[in-house]
Amino acid sequence: MSVQDIQEEIISEFSFFGDWMEKYEYIIDLGKNLPIIDVQYKDEDHLIKGCQSQVWLQAELKGDEVQFTADSDAIITKGIIALLIRVLSGQSPKDIAEADLYFIDQIGLREHLSPTRSNGLLSMVKQMKIYGLALQQVKS
Amino acid sequence: MLNPSIISGKIDFDRIRADFPLLQREMNGKPLVFLDSAASSQKPRQVLDALQHYYTHLNANVHRGVYKLSQEATDAFESGRRAAARFINAGSEREVIFVRGTSEGINLVASSFGRKFFKPGAEILITGMEHHSNIVPWQLACEQTGAVLKVVPVTDSGEIEIDVFENMLSDRTALVAAVHVSNALGTVNPVEEMIRLAHARAIPVLIDGAQAVPHMRVDVQALDADFYVFSAHKMLGPTGFGILYGKEKWLEQMPPYQGGGEMIKTVTFEKTTYNELPFKFEAGTPDISGAIGLEAAINYMEKIGLDNIQAREHELLQYGLDQLSGIDGIRFYGAAKQKASVISFLLDGVHPFDLGTLLDKMGIAVRTGHHCTQPLMARFGIPGTVRASLALYNSTEDLDQLAAGVIRAGNMLR
Ligand SMILES: Cc1ncc(COP(=O)(O)O)c(C=O)c1O
Repeated sequence: MSVQDIQEEIISEFSFFGDWMEKYEYIIDLGKNLPIIDVQYKDEDHLIKGCQSQVWLQAELKGDEVQFTADSDAIITKGIIALLIRVLSGQSPKDIAEADLYFIDQIGLREHLSPTRSNGLLSMVKQMKIYGLALQQVKS
Repeated sequence: MLNPSIISGKIDFDRIRADFPLLQREMNGKPLVFLDSAASSQKPRQVLDALQHYYTHLNANVHRGVYKLSQEATDAFESGRRAAARFINAGSEREVIFVRGTSEGINLVASSFGRKFFKPGAEILITGMEHHSNIVPWQLACEQTGAVLKVVPVTDSGEIEIDVFENMLSDRTALVAAVHVSNALGTVNPVEEMIRLAHARAIPVLIDGAQAVPHMRVDVQALDADFYVFSAHKMLGPTGFGILYGKEKWLEQMPPYQGGGEMIKTVTFEKTTYNELPFKFEAGTPDISGAIGLEAAINYMEKIGLDNIQAREHELLQYGLDQLSGIDGIRFYGAAKQKASVISFLLDGVHPFDLGTLLDKMGIAVRTGHHCTQPLMARFGIPGTVRASLALYNSTEDLDQLAAGVIRAGNMLR
């Protein structure tokens, strides 16, 4: 599925929830089910420093597709990365670098995050795009 | 759930809550439960009215106009200084310096007192539970003067041991700087005893009173503190304003902190002479409305009575601890025998950031993280806590909501 198709799918899923507690319940579930990252990647090099929670993000090229794995010490943060991974993992480096992640605003995620968390979300997106750009150069 | 309506003394605290317009707000569709007063308190209508009145009727620069309006503004401004002096029982208004807040007050002393009195090898003694505002200014002063920072360790219960403190005082100690009430743990330090022990060796003491003055009666003369610092915004007053109390004998010897208008007597290009106390330390146009707002806050608190406020908050603290202590896997940080208005805790297996986020969705405002006390968090081996902090306008219902919220969030997160 394309970046856009997956975003539409997520937007539609979120439209069924009554309130933000339900949405958080779902995000927490995603966090709990995020495949665990290989421990060797839980190091300084893969750390995205947020103010309050830590995120480790790793990317590798499999054929034409980028595979992301990640972890965080906070479960809601983990759920949010799970959403980003669902959209961007398995896409081409170019599509990742150029992705317009409008679902974040559409499901109201950004406005419902505290300023600290919202900044953390932006750093995650930025790091994923940097991986996209870097792997694009590896390919060419 | 049982909701005893606590009434301390003759004060009806339900009526007091109604004085705070912001507490009527809803947050995320729920009535706001505000439990972050240690970060900044809400303001009663009386303070808001005083600020409005100043800008509507009195606004003019102070200490310089020949016209009546400026005189009225100056009178209102200086009335704030008298109120602050009375509030902490300062010996004289000359000892009450207007600053932007606790941080600026400490920076002023670290810079000015440090330049004059810190020598290479001199020791500045602080405790392990200081706010960054009472750590970093001393580190800067140490870099500039060659003095060194010494830290009194914190026990598992979040206290300092007075004999350990005493043993760390030495002939090299140039100043003790300690927090009166810890913002992260609520510990009330035995500052009177600490000051007595320091003075026995002729060592001056600065007390960070940011979290003390909102909750208890403070008498700087009874404490015999050399410096006492606090912020208006944590005690129902406006932001950007605070008080540095300093004994005249020190303030007279200290060089000015910043230069500008107000703080001078005469200026020539060859030589400038400085204004007298307290103006020597107040460069530039001050925060006039800040002084007026602070006076309104002081009047408000004094009308209720500091002892009533302390008793009320003590009851609320006990009630909150009782409500929370039954929750599965809860761990409290800060079990000092003397404790004020702060409940700091973690839930086993739950990141404080996650807990804070879900509480926010339920309309409950708490703080999560290191509370600007990273060394203290490191001492406990944790990245941070969830902190509920109380003020006179909180209710037992707020604490019921908190306990219910923590249980609900805990079930979702574990
Ligand atoms: C104990 C303590 N000291 C100092 C400060 C700094 O106060 P301000 O930010 O008003 O300068 C705070 C505020 O959080 C505090 O709690």
